[in-house]
Amino acid sequence: MTRIAEKPNMHAARMEAVKPLSVLDVNGNVASEVEMPQLNNNQLREIMRKMVFTRIWDQRAISLGRQGRLGFYAPVSGQEASMIGSQSALDKEDFILPGYRDIPQIVWHGLPLYQAFLYSRGHQHGGQIPAGVNVLIPQIIIGAQIVQTVGVAMGLKKRGKNNVAITFTGDGGSSQGDFYEGLNFAGAFKLPAIFVVQNNGYAISVPRHKQTTAETIAQKSLAAGIAGVQVDGMDVLAVYKAVADARERAINGGGPTLIETLTYRFGPHSLSGDDPTRYRSQTESGEWEPKDPLIRFRKFLEKKNLWNEADENRVIEEAKDAVTDAIKKAESIEKMTIPQMIDSMYENTPPYLQEQMKQFSAWEGK
Amino acid sequence: MAQMTMIQAITDAMRVELAKDENVLIFGEDVGHYGGVFRATEGLQKEFGEDRVFDTPLAESGIGGLAVGLGLQGFRPVAEIQFSGFMFEAMDSICGQSARMRIRSGGRFNSPIVFRSPYGVGVKAAEYHTDNLEGLLVQTPGLKVVIPSNPYDAKGLLISAIRDNDPVFFLEHMKLYRSFRQEVPEGEYTVPLGKANVVREGNDLTVIAYGAMVQTSLKAAEEIEKARGVKAEVIDLRTLSPLDTDTIVESVKKTNRAVVVQEAQQSAGIAAEVIARLNERAILHLEAPVLRIASPDISFTFPSVEDQWVPNPQRVVEGMNRVLDF
Ligand SMILES: Cc1ncc(C[n+]2csc(CCOP(=O)(O)OP(=O)(O)O)c2C)c(N)n1
Repeated sequence: MTRIAEKPNMHAARMEAVKPLSVLDVNGNVASEVEMPQLNNNQLREIMRKMVFTRIWDQRAISLGRQGRLGFYAPVSGQEASMIGSQSALDKEDFILPGYRDIPQIVWHGLPLYQAFLYSRGHQHGGQIPAGVNVLIPQIIIGAQIVQTVGVAMGLKKRGKNNVAITFTGDGGSSQGDFYEGLNFAGAFKLPAIFVVQNNGYAISVPRHKQTTAETIAQKSLAAGIAGVQVDGMDVLAVYKAVADARERAINGGGPTLIETLTYRFGPHSLSGDDPTRYRSQTESGEWEPKDPLIRFRKFLEKKNLWNEADENRVIEEAKDAVTDAIKKAESIEKMTIPQMIDSMYENTPPYLQEQMKQFSAWEGK
Repeated sequence: MAQMTMIQAITDAMRVELAKDENVLIFGEDVGHYGGVFRATEGLQKEFGEDRVFDTPLAESGIGGLAVGLGLQGFRPVAEIQFSGFMFEAMDSICGQSARMRIRSGGRFNSPIVFRSPYGVGVKAAEYHTDNLEGLLVQTPGLKVVIPSNPYDAKGLLISAIRDNDPVFFLEHMKLYRSFRQEVPEGEYTVPLGKANVVREGNDLTVIAYGAMVQTSLKAAEEIEKARGVKAEVIDLRTLSPLDTDTIVESVKKTNRAVVVQEAQQSAGIAAEVIARLNERAILHLEAPVLRIASPDISFTFPSVEDQWVPNPQRVVEGMNRVLDF
């Protein structure tokens, strides 16, 4: 009797040895001309601007968090290439369904920074996405955004739009049932959906190898019968390319894509008491530092005379000012009241809730 | 005896049971090496090994199903749902499956599971972290629901829960985790499930509460005593399902007035159930309608307004005054 794994079609079901897509090498030299995305100089500079801006904003957000001026916040430094490479490849009409860490993508897609801060502080106005900005408020429930993406993608398709729905989760998130359901639905309906798994090696304290014994997360696309690709997530051009390709495939009726970006978060999981030294070694963090996506892309741009120290300093100042303004604005927004919140619970407030509004107004008046 | 916080008492309960019964298994997200996001399982993996205390992949539905299956194999799973709002992902295993195992199999199989989860308003955690979902759980026949209000009870109730052959959802209020210490005996002792506790005696009215609202009610009781010399009896329900009707009915027969305090949204909650039982069993002893003090019927607390959302001692006192002056 042949053992099942020896049957040839079982081998066929396994992925070819996966080699992550990469465009730039660690020194910022072009490693693969064929994969080089078509971007003009302004676009290249804009990507760098967004990455530097995001790094500064992240550092400032961490310190604002420590001062108690922000609420829940999940640091992003290290993941800029993955986040901004993705967002930069999108059309303004594409719809982003973020996880809790994916604030940069939705801010660069149009959510005002001060609202991101308000969201963090637990203020309702943070989630009032301006009209014309196609993003959802960050999702806390890991996996919920993935199945919802399928619905948005189906809606876009039914409406005849040439747009995609894109969602983000982490290596941990790829364990949720919702992840598999989302991929499978998107495949079954051939929907214009893009699923990005930002594999930063950890789900809070649990390392990737304890999350799944699959060799790669990209290969989880196989079971759903959809395209899958693994990308060097510290290489912004590679991420851009993967998302741009997936987008093109999707709007041309080629169906969804799963993209795994290999990345690293330099900071703690969140500002809510996480201590990464309990589960990550210094050697490991040290090994990732030279792969910093900002360093690599800066080298690339500098070689083309597209970036210099003055450019960088200008963006740093711009970012500092923008963060200062945004937090000031967030802090100046009127505090919420319970009656106000009751008012937004239903389109038409039912009588028993109107009574509660009165009761709470009386209490708040005291 | 040692002075312990509630979280230490909870860890201690798990340690006692891991040591006593090799069928006890602890699992969930980050509970192993990391010791849990609140450190509730701190040191347990080191002491009992990865076979007994382990991390799962990030999937609550998987955690719930794993618990149900291990229960069928005679293990006693203690599964952590990292924050209360994440239980929705595991709701089928919790309410649809574990709670029905005994009745579906006519008693052949059971679900000797404890689901543990932090919850509760007042620590300004992100959305979906603090939700008061005990009402959903209590609506599920077959499931026991426990909420301790102090370190001593937490340890004794958790040991009882782990030894119980029916599924128990054990909800731990985050604000109580480290807010005070109490004498907690070493080793094993139990506090029985299904038994409320009279935490303050009085003759003038009864305040019924659970979780963090016990502290709030005790403060309110002191305030009203200072203000108008009224002696309130305060009852800590401790177990919401099965609810200890006898203790509350006995108290109300003595005091003739009652207020029920819950942190959860008002409608269709535990307070409503308590009031219904008082109507059924003590209506002729009541001098005034029983009032409930609860949160507004809005879906979750935005951290910015938590303090206005959750019942405070002033609101409880106001309710007590209304009942006294009816
Ligand atoms: C349904 C659900 N379960 C658990 C959590 C708690 N939690 C928040 S982040 C996290 C780890 C996520 O890791 P990963 O998906 O790899 O993303 P990363 O944070 O590393 O970017 C966990 C367990 C949650 N938010 N939602």
